[in-house]
Amino acid sequence: MPVVDATEALGRTVTNVTEAWGRSWIFLGKTLAGLISPPFRYRLFLDQLYQIGVKSTLVVALIGIFTGAVLAVQGVYTLSKFGASAFTGSAVALSLIRELGPVLTALMVIGRAGSAITAEIGIMKITEQLDALRSMAVDPMRYLMAPRLLAGIIAMPLLTGIFITIGIFGGFIVGVGLLGLSSGTFFSDMVAAVDNVDVYSGFIKSVAFGFIFGWVSCYKGYTCGFGAVGVNRATTESVVTASVAVLVLDYFLTSILTRVFM
Amino acid sequence: MICVRNVSKRFGKQVVLSGVSLNIEDGKTTTIVGPSGVGKSVLLKLIMGILAPDQGEIEIFGENITRADSEAERNRIRASLGVLFQSAALFDSLTVYENVAFALNQRFSLPRKEVHERVVSMLSALSLESFAFRYPQEISIGIRKRVGMARALITQPKVVLFDEPNTGLDPLVGQEVYDLIKECRKKWGFTGVVISHELPEVFQVSDRVAMILQGKIIEEGTPAEFAASANPAVQQFLNGRIDGPIKIQ
Ligand SMILES: Nc1ncnc2c1ncn2[C@@H]1O[C@H](COP(=O)(O)OP(=O)(O)OP(=O)(O)O)[C@@H](O)[C@H]1O
Ligand SMILES: [Mg+2]
Repeated sequence: MPVVDATEALGRTVTNVTEAWGRSWIFLGKTLAGLISPPFRYRLFLDQLYQIGVKSTLVVALIGIFTGAVLAVQGVYTLSKFGASAFTGSAVALSLIRELGPVLTALMVIGRAGSAITAEIGIMKITEQLDALRSMAVDPMRYLMAPRLLAGIIAMPLLTGIFITIGIFGGFIVGVGLLGLSSGTFFSDMVAAVDNVDVYSGFIKSVAFGFIFGWVSCYKGYTCGFGAVGVNRATTESVVTASVAVLVLDYFLTSILTRVFM
Repeated sequence: MICVRNVSKRFGKQVVLSGVSLNIEDGKTTTIVGPSGVGKSVLLKLIMGILAPDQGEIEIFGENITRADSEAERNRIRASLGVLFQSAALFDSLTVYENVAFALNQRFSLPRKEVHERVVSMLSALSLESFAFRYPQEISIGIRKRVGMARALITQPKVVLFDEPNTGLDPLVGQEVYDLIKECRKKWGFTGVVISHELPEVFQVSDRVAMILQGKIIEEGTPAEFAASANPAVQQFLNGRIDGPIKIQ
Protein backbone atom coordinates (compact mmCIF):
# COMPACT_ATOMS: atom_id res chain seq x y z
CA MET A 1 0.00 0.00 0.00
CA PRO A 2 1.97 2.99 -1.25
CA VAL A 3 -0.33 5.49 0.45
CA VAL A 4 0.09 3.87 3.84
CA ASP A 5 3.86 3.64 3.32
CA ALA A 6 4.12 7.26 2.30
CA THR A 7 2.00 8.37 5.25
CA GLU A 8 4.12 6.27 7.57
CA ALA A 9 7.34 7.69 6.14
CA LEU A 10 6.01 11.22 6.47
CA GLY A 11 4.92 10.54 10.05
CA ARG A 12 8.33 9.13 10.90
CA THR A 13 10.14 12.10 9.39
CA VAL A 14 7.97 14.54 11.33
CA THR A 15 8.55 12.61 14.56
CA ASN A 16 12.30 12.45 13.98
CA VAL A 17 12.61 16.15 13.17
CA THR A 18 10.48 17.11 16.16
CA GLU A 19 12.51 14.86 18.41
CA ALA A 20 15.84 16.23 17.17
CA TRP A 21 14.52 19.77 17.65
CA GLY A 22 13.49 18.97 21.21
CA ARG A 23 16.76 17.23 21.97
CA SER A 24 18.81 20.13 20.69
CA TRP A 25 16.98 22.47 23.09
CA ILE A 26 17.51 20.12 26.01
CA PHE A 27 21.17 19.94 25.00
CA LEU A 28 21.35 23.73 24.98
CA GLY A 29 19.67 23.91 28.37
CA LYS A 30 22.18 21.50 29.87
CA THR A 31 25.11 23.33 28.30
CA LEU A 32 23.89 26.64 29.69
CA ALA A 33 23.40 25.03 33.09
CA GLY A 34 26.99 23.78 32.85
CA LEU A 35 28.09 27.28 31.94
CA ILE A 36 26.60 29.06 34.91
CA SER A 37 27.19 26.52 37.65
CA PRO A 38 30.55 26.81 39.39
CA PRO A 39 33.40 26.02 39.23
CA PHE A 40 34.13 28.02 36.09
CA ARG A 41 36.81 26.44 33.93
CA TYR A 42 39.02 29.34 32.81
CA ARG A 43 41.72 27.17 31.29
CA LEU A 44 39.33 25.27 29.04
CA PHE A 45 37.58 28.48 28.03
CA LEU A 46 40.84 30.27 27.19
CA ASP A 47 42.02 27.26 25.24
CA GLN A 48 38.86 27.32 23.13
CA LEU A 49 39.05 31.08 22.72
CA TYR A 50 42.47 30.47 21.23
CA GLN A 51 41.29 27.61 19.00
CA ILE A 52 38.18 29.40 17.74
CA GLY A 53 39.24 33.02 17.92
CA VAL A 54 42.96 33.47 17.54
CA LYS A 55 43.36 30.73 14.96
CA SER A 56 40.58 32.21 12.80
CA THR A 57 42.04 35.71 12.80
CA LEU A 58 44.17 35.35 9.70
CA VAL A 59 41.50 33.92 7.47
CA VAL A 60 38.93 36.42 8.75
CA ALA A 61 41.34 39.26 8.01
CA LEU A 62 42.00 37.94 4.54
CA ILE A 63 38.31 37.65 3.69
CA GLY A 64 37.73 41.06 5.27
CA ILE A 65 40.25 42.92 3.15
CA PHE A 66 38.92 41.50 -0.10
CA THR A 67 35.30 41.99 0.86
CA GLY A 68 36.00 45.66 1.57
CA ALA A 69 37.90 45.95 -1.71
CA VAL A 70 35.07 44.43 -3.73
CA LEU A 71 32.52 46.65 -1.99
CA ALA A 72 34.58 49.72 -2.94
CA VAL A 73 34.83 48.71 -6.59
CA GLN A 74 31.14 47.88 -6.70
CA GLY A 75 30.25 51.05 -4.77
CA VAL A 76 32.14 53.34 -7.11
CA TYR A 77 30.59 51.62 -10.11
CA THR A 78 27.01 51.76 -8.84
CA LEU A 79 27.10 55.11 -7.11
CA SER A 80 28.78 56.89 -10.01
CA LYS A 81 25.64 56.18 -12.04
CA PHE A 82 23.87 58.55 -9.68
CA GLY A 83 26.82 60.89 -9.49
CA ALA A 84 27.28 59.87 -5.88
CA SER A 85 30.57 57.99 -5.88
CA ALA A 86 31.72 60.22 -3.02
CA PHE A 87 29.44 58.15 -0.77
CA THR A 88 31.39 54.98 -1.46
CA GLY A 89 33.07 55.11 1.95
CA SER A 90 29.73 55.22 3.72
CA ALA A 91 28.33 52.44 1.56
CA VAL A 92 31.32 50.21 2.28
CA ALA A 93 31.17 50.88 6.01
CA LEU A 94 27.42 50.44 6.35
CA SER A 95 27.36 47.18 4.38
CA LEU A 96 30.25 45.80 6.40
CA ILE A 97 29.00 46.86 9.81
CA ARG A 98 25.36 45.96 9.41
CA GLU A 99 25.46 42.89 7.19
CA LEU A 100 28.56 41.50 5.61
CA GLY A 101 30.85 41.71 8.63
CA PRO A 102 28.71 39.62 10.97
CA VAL A 103 27.46 37.22 8.30
CA LEU A 104 30.69 36.50 6.44
CA THR A 105 32.69 36.21 9.66
CA ALA A 106 30.12 33.74 10.98
CA LEU A 107 30.21 31.67 7.79
CA MET A 108 34.01 31.64 7.84
CA VAL A 109 34.23 30.63 11.51
CA ILE A 110 31.57 27.94 11.01
CA GLY A 111 33.53 26.50 8.11
CA ARG A 112 36.84 26.60 9.89
CA ALA A 113 36.20 26.05 13.59
CA GLY A 114 32.64 24.66 13.62
CA SER A 115 33.53 21.66 11.50
CA ALA A 116 36.57 21.06 13.70
CA ILE A 117 34.50 21.17 16.90
CA THR A 118 31.92 18.77 15.49
CA ALA A 119 34.56 16.33 14.30
CA GLU A 120 36.46 16.49 17.58
CA ILE A 121 33.44 15.91 19.79
CA GLY A 122 32.07 13.31 17.37
CA ILE A 123 35.29 11.33 17.47
CA MET A 124 35.38 11.62 21.25
CA LYS A 125 31.89 10.18 21.27
CA ILE A 126 32.52 7.21 19.00
CA THR A 127 35.79 6.33 20.75
CA GLU A 128 33.97 6.29 24.12
CA GLN A 129 35.87 9.29 25.44
CA LEU A 130 32.59 10.98 26.36
CA ASP A 131 31.58 7.83 28.23
CA ALA A 132 34.96 7.84 29.95
CA LEU A 133 34.40 11.45 31.07
CA ARG A 134 31.01 10.59 32.48
CA SER A 135 32.36 7.48 34.19
CA MET A 136 34.80 9.77 35.99
CA ALA A 137 31.90 11.93 37.10
CA VAL A 138 32.94 14.75 34.77
CA ASP A 139 29.99 16.22 32.91
CA PRO A 140 30.79 16.55 29.17
CA MET A 141 28.32 19.45 28.98
CA ARG A 142 30.35 21.42 31.43
CA TYR A 143 33.78 20.17 30.45
CA LEU A 144 33.48 20.24 26.65
CA MET A 145 30.37 22.05 25.46
CA ALA A 146 30.12 25.02 27.81
CA PRO A 147 33.65 26.38 27.14
CA ARG A 148 33.11 26.05 23.37
CA LEU A 149 29.75 27.77 23.45
CA LEU A 150 31.07 30.65 25.53
CA ALA A 151 34.22 30.97 23.44
CA GLY A 152 32.06 31.14 20.30
CA ILE A 153 29.88 33.87 21.79
CA ILE A 154 32.93 35.93 22.82
CA ALA A 155 35.12 35.27 19.79
CA MET A 156 32.51 35.97 17.13
CA PRO A 157 31.98 39.71 17.84
CA LEU A 158 35.73 40.20 18.23
CA LEU A 159 36.44 38.54 14.90
CA THR A 160 33.61 40.52 13.34
CA GLY A 161 35.22 43.71 14.61
CA ILE A 162 38.50 42.70 13.01
CA PHE A 163 36.71 41.82 9.77
CA ILE A 164 34.96 45.17 9.60
CA THR A 165 38.03 47.22 10.45
CA ILE A 166 40.18 45.47 7.91
CA GLY A 167 37.33 45.53 5.37
CA ILE A 168 37.06 49.31 5.65
CA PHE A 169 40.80 49.50 5.21
CA GLY A 170 40.56 47.29 2.09
CA GLY A 171 37.80 49.57 0.75
CA PHE A 172 40.00 52.56 1.44
CA ILE A 173 42.99 51.13 -0.41
CA VAL A 174 40.93 50.34 -3.48
CA GLY A 175 38.59 53.35 -3.40
CA VAL A 176 41.16 55.99 -2.59
CA GLY A 177 44.37 54.35 -3.73
CA LEU A 178 43.24 52.83 -7.01
CA LEU A 179 39.96 54.45 -8.01
CA GLY A 180 40.92 57.98 -7.09
CA LEU A 181 38.31 58.91 -4.48
CA SER A 182 39.35 61.63 -2.06
CA SER A 183 40.41 60.24 1.26
CA GLY A 184 38.73 63.11 3.11
CA THR A 185 35.26 62.39 1.78
CA PHE A 186 35.79 58.64 2.10
CA PHE A 187 36.09 58.97 5.85
CA SER A 188 34.11 62.08 6.74
CA ASP A 189 30.99 60.82 5.00
CA MET A 190 31.49 57.50 6.67
CA VAL A 191 31.59 59.08 10.12
CA ALA A 192 28.44 61.01 9.32
CA ALA A 193 26.60 58.04 7.84
CA VAL A 194 27.34 55.35 10.42
CA ASP A 195 25.19 55.62 13.54
CA ASN A 196 25.61 53.92 16.86
CA VAL A 197 22.56 51.80 16.07
CA ASP A 198 24.35 50.34 13.06
CA VAL A 199 27.18 49.25 15.29
CA TYR A 200 24.74 47.89 17.88
CA SER A 201 22.86 45.83 15.36
CA GLY A 202 26.07 44.44 13.89
CA PHE A 203 27.18 43.57 17.40
CA ILE A 204 23.91 41.91 18.37
CA LYS A 205 24.00 39.85 15.19
CA SER A 206 27.53 38.66 15.73
CA VAL A 207 26.75 37.58 19.30
CA ALA A 208 23.69 35.68 18.06
CA PHE A 209 25.73 34.03 15.33
CA GLY A 210 28.42 33.03 17.82
CA PHE A 211 25.68 31.41 19.87
CA ILE A 212 24.30 29.49 16.86
CA PHE A 213 27.82 28.46 15.90
CA GLY A 214 28.65 26.99 19.32
CA TRP A 215 25.27 25.36 19.81
CA VAL A 216 25.07 23.66 16.40
CA SER A 217 28.70 22.49 16.24
CA CYS A 218 28.62 20.98 19.73
CA TYR A 219 25.19 19.42 19.30
CA LYS A 220 26.05 17.82 15.96
CA GLY A 221 29.22 16.34 17.46
CA TYR A 222 27.36 15.08 20.50
CA THR A 223 24.73 13.31 18.40
CA CYS A 224 27.25 11.93 15.92
CA GLY A 225 26.58 8.44 14.52
CA PHE A 226 28.95 5.48 14.44
CA GLY A 227 32.21 5.26 12.55
CA ALA A 228 33.91 7.47 10.00
CA VAL A 229 30.61 7.73 8.13
CA GLY A 230 28.93 9.11 11.23
CA VAL A 231 31.62 11.76 11.77
CA ASN A 232 31.55 12.66 8.09
CA ARG A 233 27.79 13.16 8.13
CA ALA A 234 27.81 15.05 11.43
CA THR A 235 30.47 17.47 10.18
CA THR A 236 28.65 18.17 6.93
CA GLU A 237 25.33 18.62 8.70
CA SER A 238 26.92 20.88 11.25
CA VAL A 239 28.34 23.28 8.67
CA VAL A 240 25.18 23.29 6.55
CA THR A 241 22.79 23.67 9.49
CA ALA A 242 24.78 26.44 11.13
CA SER A 243 25.27 28.36 7.88
CA VAL A 244 21.60 28.17 6.93
CA ALA A 245 20.58 29.09 10.47
CA VAL A 246 22.87 32.13 10.37
CA LEU A 247 21.42 33.37 7.07
CA VAL A 248 17.81 32.82 8.16
CA LEU A 249 18.40 34.42 11.53
CA ASP A 250 20.15 37.30 9.79
CA TYR A 251 17.00 38.11 7.85
CA PHE A 252 14.84 38.13 10.95
CA LEU A 253 17.36 40.07 13.02
CA THR A 254 17.74 42.67 10.28
CA SER A 255 13.97 43.10 10.08
CA ILE A 256 13.52 43.31 13.83
CA LEU A 257 16.54 45.50 14.53
CA THR A 258 15.71 47.95 11.77
CA ARG A 259 12.25 48.33 13.23
CA VAL A 260 13.47 48.64 16.82
CA PHE A 261 16.21 51.16 16.09
CA MET A 262 14.36 53.27 13.55
CA MET B 1 27.55 -4.56 47.01
CA ILE B 2 26.42 -4.04 43.45
CA CYS B 3 22.95 -5.40 42.83
CA VAL B 4 21.79 -5.95 39.28
CA ARG B 5 18.12 -6.87 39.35
CA ASN B 6 16.25 -8.20 36.37
CA VAL B 7 17.88 -5.79 33.92
CA SER B 8 16.84 -5.74 30.27
CA LYS B 9 18.30 -3.69 27.47
CA ARG B 10 17.60 -3.56 23.79
CA PHE B 11 18.84 -1.40 20.94
CA GLY B 12 16.03 -0.92 18.46
CA LYS B 13 14.81 -4.40 17.66
CA GLN B 14 17.96 -6.12 18.93
CA VAL B 15 17.48 -7.54 22.42
CA VAL B 16 20.85 -7.56 24.15
CA LEU B 17 20.04 -8.32 27.79
CA SER B 18 16.76 -9.78 28.98
CA GLY B 19 16.41 -10.14 32.71
CA VAL B 20 19.96 -10.20 34.03
CA SER B 21 20.29 -10.47 37.80
CA LEU B 22 23.65 -10.54 39.53
CA ASN B 23 24.97 -9.72 42.97
CA ILE B 24 28.54 -8.49 43.11
CA GLU B 25 29.76 -8.84 46.66
CA ASP B 26 31.88 -6.33 48.53
CA GLY B 27 35.60 -6.82 48.37
CA LYS B 28 35.29 -9.67 45.91
CA THR B 29 36.02 -9.85 42.23
CA THR B 30 33.36 -11.16 39.92
CA THR B 31 34.37 -12.18 36.44
CA ILE B 32 31.87 -12.04 33.63
CA VAL B 33 32.45 -14.24 30.62
CA GLY B 34 30.49 -14.96 27.49
CA PRO B 35 30.84 -15.02 23.72
CA SER B 36 31.49 -11.83 21.78
CA GLY B 37 28.50 -9.59 21.37
CA VAL B 38 26.36 -10.99 24.19
CA GLY B 39 26.33 -7.63 25.93
CA LYS B 40 29.09 -7.77 28.53
CA SER B 41 30.29 -4.26 27.78
CA VAL B 42 26.68 -3.09 27.69
CA LEU B 43 26.18 -4.50 31.20
CA LEU B 44 29.20 -2.52 32.45
CA LYS B 45 27.81 0.67 30.90
CA LEU B 46 24.49 0.01 32.58
CA ILE B 47 26.29 -0.31 35.91
CA MET B 48 28.10 2.98 35.27
CA GLY B 49 24.76 4.61 34.48
CA ILE B 50 25.97 5.63 31.02
CA LEU B 51 23.23 3.56 29.42
CA ALA B 52 19.78 3.31 30.97
CA PRO B 53 18.11 -0.10 31.16
CA ASP B 54 14.67 -0.59 29.61
CA GLN B 55 13.71 -2.55 32.69
CA GLY B 56 15.16 -3.51 36.03
CA GLU B 57 17.40 -1.72 38.50
CA ILE B 58 20.99 -1.43 39.51
CA GLU B 59 22.13 -0.47 42.97
CA ILE B 60 25.66 0.44 43.92
CA PHE B 61 26.19 0.27 47.69
CA GLY B 62 22.45 0.67 48.18
CA GLU B 63 22.15 3.67 45.87
CA ASN B 64 19.99 3.22 42.84
CA ILE B 65 21.82 4.57 39.80
CA THR B 66 19.00 3.68 37.40
CA ARG B 67 16.50 5.71 39.38
CA ALA B 68 18.79 8.71 39.92
CA ASP B 69 17.00 11.58 38.26
CA SER B 70 19.85 13.93 37.51
CA GLU B 71 23.33 13.65 36.10
CA ALA B 72 24.63 15.26 39.29
CA GLU B 73 23.05 12.50 41.33
CA ARG B 74 24.53 9.84 39.05
CA ASN B 75 27.92 11.54 39.28
CA ARG B 76 27.77 11.33 43.04
CA ILE B 77 27.21 7.57 42.80
CA ARG B 78 29.82 7.18 40.05
CA ALA B 79 32.42 8.79 42.25
CA SER B 80 33.01 5.35 43.78
CA LEU B 81 33.75 3.79 40.38
CA GLY B 82 36.94 3.31 38.41
CA VAL B 83 36.55 2.07 34.86
CA LEU B 84 38.82 0.50 32.28
CA PHE B 85 37.05 0.66 28.92
CA GLN B 86 37.42 -2.10 26.36
CA SER B 87 38.90 0.40 23.90
CA ALA B 88 40.83 2.11 26.74
CA ALA B 89 39.05 5.35 25.72
CA LEU B 90 42.02 7.54 26.61
CA PHE B 91 41.57 11.27 26.04
CA ASP B 92 43.57 11.84 22.89
CA SER B 93 44.21 15.50 23.54
CA LEU B 94 46.07 14.60 26.74
CA THR B 95 49.38 12.83 27.29
CA VAL B 96 49.61 9.52 29.13
CA TYR B 97 50.62 11.38 32.27
CA GLU B 98 47.71 13.81 31.99
CA ASN B 99 45.29 10.99 31.29
CA VAL B 100 46.30 9.21 34.47
CA ALA B 101 46.27 12.44 36.49
CA PHE B 102 42.91 13.52 35.03
CA ALA B 103 40.55 12.03 37.59
CA LEU B 104 42.73 13.18 40.49
CA ASN B 105 42.79 16.73 39.16
CA GLN B 106 39.11 16.85 38.27
CA ARG B 107 37.65 15.26 41.33
CA PHE B 108 39.94 16.00 44.24
CA SER B 109 41.74 19.18 45.00
CA LEU B 110 44.98 17.48 45.93
CA PRO B 111 48.23 19.43 46.08
CA ARG B 112 50.14 19.17 42.82
CA LYS B 113 53.03 17.37 44.46
CA GLU B 114 50.83 14.58 45.75
CA VAL B 115 49.14 14.15 42.37
CA HIS B 116 52.56 13.90 40.79
CA GLU B 117 53.76 11.29 43.28
CA ARG B 118 50.69 9.16 42.87
CA VAL B 119 50.80 9.31 39.08
CA VAL B 120 54.49 8.47 38.97
CA SER B 121 54.13 5.50 41.28
CA MET B 122 51.12 4.21 39.31
CA LEU B 123 52.99 4.59 36.02
CA SER B 124 55.98 2.72 37.37
CA ALA B 125 53.79 -0.07 38.79
CA LEU B 126 52.65 -0.67 35.21
CA SER B 127 56.11 -0.05 33.64
CA LEU B 128 54.76 2.96 31.78
CA GLU B 129 57.32 5.60 32.79
CA SER B 130 58.86 5.84 29.37
CA PHE B 131 55.50 6.64 27.78
CA ALA B 132 54.50 9.38 30.22
CA PHE B 133 54.75 12.24 27.74
CA ARG B 134 53.47 10.47 24.67
CA TYR B 135 49.97 10.92 23.29
CA PRO B 136 47.59 7.95 23.01
CA GLN B 137 47.79 7.97 19.20
CA GLU B 138 51.55 7.39 19.48
CA ILE B 139 51.44 4.22 21.56
CA SER B 140 50.28 0.69 20.81
CA ILE B 141 46.89 -0.69 21.81
CA GLY B 142 48.41 -2.91 24.49
CA ILE B 143 50.13 0.04 26.12
CA ARG B 144 46.99 2.15 25.86
CA LYS B 145 45.16 -0.60 27.70
CA ARG B 146 47.69 -0.41 30.52
CA VAL B 147 47.34 3.36 30.68
CA GLY B 148 43.57 2.87 30.90
CA MET B 149 44.24 0.53 33.79
CA ALA B 150 46.36 3.14 35.56
CA ARG B 151 43.63 5.72 35.00
CA ALA B 152 40.99 3.42 36.47
CA LEU B 153 43.00 2.63 39.60
CA ILE B 154 44.61 5.99 40.40
CA THR B 155 41.73 7.30 42.50
CA GLN B 156 41.66 4.10 44.58
CA PRO B 157 37.96 3.62 43.86
CA LYS B 158 35.72 1.33 45.88
CA VAL B 159 34.56 -0.44 42.73
CA VAL B 160 36.66 -1.10 39.65
CA LEU B 161 35.14 -2.27 36.38
CA PHE B 162 37.64 -3.85 33.98
CA ASP B 163 36.49 -4.47 30.43
CA GLU B 164 38.95 -7.04 29.09
CA PRO B 165 42.06 -5.89 30.96
CA ASN B 166 44.26 -8.41 29.14
CA THR B 167 43.12 -8.28 25.57
CA GLY B 168 45.93 -7.10 23.36
CA LEU B 169 48.63 -7.67 25.97
CA ASP B 170 51.48 -10.12 25.66
CA PRO B 171 51.57 -12.95 28.27
CA LEU B 172 54.24 -11.31 30.43
CA VAL B 173 52.48 -7.99 30.68
CA GLY B 174 49.18 -9.86 31.00
CA GLN B 175 50.50 -11.52 34.15
CA GLU B 176 51.74 -8.13 35.37
CA VAL B 177 48.17 -6.82 35.05
CA TYR B 178 46.80 -9.73 37.10
CA ASP B 179 49.49 -9.10 39.72
CA LEU B 180 48.56 -5.43 39.81
CA ILE B 181 44.89 -6.28 40.32
CA LYS B 182 45.82 -8.59 43.20
CA GLU B 183 48.16 -6.03 44.72
CA CYS B 184 45.67 -3.17 44.54
CA ARG B 185 43.02 -5.39 46.02
CA LYS B 186 45.32 -6.16 48.90
CA LYS B 187 46.18 -2.48 49.28
CA TRP B 188 42.70 -0.99 49.44
CA GLY B 189 40.36 -3.89 48.80
CA PHE B 190 38.13 -2.80 45.95
CA THR B 191 35.11 -4.64 44.65
CA GLY B 192 35.96 -5.77 41.15
CA VAL B 193 34.09 -6.67 38.00
CA VAL B 194 36.28 -8.17 35.31
CA ILE B 195 35.18 -9.01 31.81
CA SER B 196 37.54 -11.44 30.21
CA HIS B 197 37.95 -14.09 27.56
CA GLU B 198 41.11 -15.41 29.20
CA LEU B 199 40.05 -18.72 30.63
CA PRO B 200 41.24 -20.11 32.94
CA GLU B 201 44.00 -17.50 33.62
CA VAL B 202 41.50 -14.93 34.82
CA PHE B 203 40.38 -17.30 37.60
CA GLN B 204 43.47 -16.27 39.60
CA VAL B 205 41.82 -12.92 40.31
CA SER B 206 38.22 -14.17 40.40
CA ASP B 207 36.16 -14.96 43.48
CA ARG B 208 33.03 -15.53 41.42
CA VAL B 209 32.47 -16.23 37.76
CA ALA B 210 29.27 -15.56 35.83
CA MET B 211 28.51 -16.39 32.24
CA ILE B 212 26.09 -14.50 30.01
CA LEU B 213 24.41 -16.16 27.07
CA GLN B 214 21.42 -15.02 25.06
CA GLY B 215 20.70 -12.11 27.34
CA LYS B 216 20.73 -14.08 30.59
CA ILE B 217 23.16 -15.24 33.25
CA ILE B 218 23.32 -18.98 32.64
CA GLU B 219 25.85 -19.94 35.32
CA GLU B 220 27.26 -18.29 38.42
CA GLY B 221 29.60 -19.58 41.09
CA THR B 222 33.15 -19.82 42.37
CA PRO B 223 35.77 -20.62 39.73
CA ALA B 224 35.81 -24.24 40.90
CA GLU B 225 32.03 -24.52 40.74
CA PHE B 226 32.02 -22.82 37.39
CA ALA B 227 34.65 -25.16 35.96
CA ALA B 228 32.63 -28.14 37.18
CA SER B 229 29.34 -26.82 35.80
CA ALA B 230 26.99 -29.33 34.26
CA ASN B 231 25.72 -26.75 31.78
CA PRO B 232 26.86 -27.89 28.32
CA ALA B 233 27.20 -24.28 27.13
CA VAL B 234 29.64 -23.53 29.96
CA GLN B 235 31.69 -26.63 29.16
CA GLN B 236 31.69 -25.78 25.46
CA PHE B 237 32.87 -22.26 26.25
CA LEU B 238 35.54 -23.37 28.73
CA ASN B 239 36.96 -25.94 26.34
CA GLY B 240 36.63 -23.82 23.23
CA ARG B 241 34.75 -26.42 21.23
CA ILE B 242 33.00 -25.48 18.01
CA ASP B 243 30.11 -27.91 18.41
CA GLY B 244 27.62 -27.41 21.23
CA PRO B 245 24.69 -25.27 22.27
CA ILE B 246 26.52 -21.98 21.58
CA LYS B 247 26.27 -21.07 17.92
CA ILE B 248 29.02 -18.82 16.62
CA GLN B 249 27.48 -15.85 14.87
N1 LIG C 1 25.25 2.18 21.72
C1 LIG C 1 24.80 1.09 21.04
N2 LIG C 1 23.87 1.22 20.09
C2 LIG C 1 23.41 0.15 19.42
N3 LIG C 1 23.82 -1.09 19.63
C3 LIG C 1 24.76 -1.30 20.57
C4 LIG C 1 25.30 -0.22 21.33
N4 LIG C 1 26.22 -0.71 22.19
C5 LIG C 1 26.23 -2.05 21.97
N5 LIG C 1 25.36 -2.41 21.01
C6 LIG C 1 25.09 -3.78 20.55
O1 LIG C 1 24.93 -4.61 21.67
C7 LIG C 1 25.51 -5.88 21.44
C8 LIG C 1 26.40 -6.26 22.60
O2 LIG C 1 27.56 -5.46 22.57
P1 LIG C 1 28.71 -5.54 23.66
O3 LIG C 1 29.74 -4.54 23.26
O4 LIG C 1 28.17 -5.42 25.01
O5 LIG C 1 29.27 -7.00 23.44
P2 LIG C 1 30.39 -7.73 24.31
O6 LIG C 1 29.72 -8.84 25.03
O7 LIG C 1 31.13 -6.74 25.13
O8 LIG C 1 31.32 -8.33 23.16
P3 LIG C 1 32.94 -8.38 23.09
O9 LIG C 1 33.37 -9.57 23.90
O10 LIG C 1 33.21 -8.57 21.65
O11 LIG C 1 33.45 -7.10 23.62
C9 LIG C 1 26.25 -5.79 20.13
O12 LIG C 1 25.53 -6.51 19.17
C10 LIG C 1 26.27 -4.34 19.78
O13 LIG C 1 26.09 -4.18 18.41
MG1 LIG D 1 32.88 -5.85 25.05
